[in-house]
Amino acid sequence: MNNPLIKNTVRFVILILVQVLVFNNMNLGGYLHPYIYVLFLLLLPVNINRSLLLILAFITGITIDYFAGTMGLNAAASVFLAYLRPGTIRLFFGNQEFTSDESVGLASVGIFGFFKYSIVLVFMHQLLLFYLEVLSFNHFFFTLTKVLFSTLFSTFIIITALLLFSKRIKKR
Amino acid sequence: MRNLFVLLWKNQFFLLFIILETVSIILITRSYSYHGALAHNTTSDITGSVFSLYSGVTDYVNLKEDNILLAEENAILRNGLQSSFLVTDTQYVYHDSMFRYIPAKVVSNSISRSNNFIMVNKGSKHGIEKEMGVVSTLGVVGVVIGVSNNYSTIMSMLHKNMRISARIKKSGQLVSVVWDNNDYMLGTVIDIPSHIKLIPGDTIITSGNSLIFQEGIIIGTIVSHNQDSNKKLSKAVLKYITDFGTLNHVYIIENIMKVEQDSLLKQMVN
Repeated sequence: MNNPLIKNTVRFVILILVQVLVFNNMNLGGYLHPYIYVLFLLLLPVNINRSLLLILAFITGITIDYFAGTMGLNAAASVFLAYLRPGTIRLFFGNQEFTSDESVGLASVGIFGFFKYSIVLVFMHQLLLFYLEVLSFNHFFFTLTKVLFSTLFSTFIIITALLLFSKRIKKR
Repeated sequence: MRNLFVLLWKNQFFLLFIILETVSIILITRSYSYHGALAHNTTSDITGSVFSLYSGVTDYVNLKEDNILLAEENAILRNGLQSSFLVTDTQYVYHDSMFRYIPAKVVSNSISRSNNFIMVNKGSKHGIEKEMGVVSTLGVVGVVIGVSNNYSTIMSMLHKNMRISARIKKSGQLVSVVWDNNDYMLGTVIDIPSHIKLIPGDTIITSGNSLIFQEGIIIGTIVSHNQDSNKKLSKAVLKYITDFGTLNHVYIIENIMKVEQDSLLKQMVN
């Protein structure tokens, strides 16, 4: 499990399945739609080639779209997240040194660091996703409410999942 | 020229971002309209079998309600049996069958998105084709837009591009039903002429004008009607009779006369 390629492939498959089978079928009153597969993109190594990051984001998004019947929607949102990721890392953790395959995770930046990193990127992802989905500003505030609630809910689940499955957390 | 390549290479990250976003947005707009969705959907046995794996586990949750619904429907059907009627031979009319119902089970369903789809476990193998109507035990569910061997995708009533030709049951007036509420229980009745006043509880049924649904399938009941005296056409809020949140069994309607009706329509156009 130490090979980063195997680790990320396993993570990709598991997150896609969980998203497609559980969270896409979750009908929480018609308002909440959590997207947790973005965790795969959040946990890719910090020093990954930026173009590779974009391509991986596109593949992840299009896979989700293939199952959800929403061609292009998740791909657009994921690519947007990947585009903003290097800048967000520089903004929050600019003066921190990361080893070659280290990612922004609980072990490297702590729970609060990871929280602000994920909530910003998840928010941008869902903002683009929900507005592209309706393709209009007709229900502007309704859509915005949906974005906010889904962001909070997705972030909550992402962090809970990380806490459950990570072995060591650096105290800082 | 060389400088141009250097510039492009330096900005490859931004350039790739733009290219991938453009591709995504082309894909989105291509499948946005009803006809686009009909032409470009991703129904396949792969997605279908993954979904039925999941629904095999979760089916048991709604079993009790489903049984009650099916039993109620059986009672209605029994009432329609020939043996339930006192047949006087002079009144007897022979009806040739025009619609065939194919039962199917929902394997995937969403209600919280802006455009919702349902996937069921019957496909081209079982005689399902695109643009067939879908109903639940109670009323209208949607229209088939994609078919693979064993599965088909349904555009649910909860889709921004869904528009169903309907009728007000008590007056026979033609209207249309769309979904622009964001609430999975409520639809909107549009194109109501100004002289018509709807009261809560009025039933809206399918018109039978399209070849997809026969006349008289219930869509829902009126919740409120806000009449605007300035406008010629008004809108009303409708509560769907089908509960999309707990949908489990549906029927796909095959219109046996469709080929004949289609060719007639084509003659009219030419």
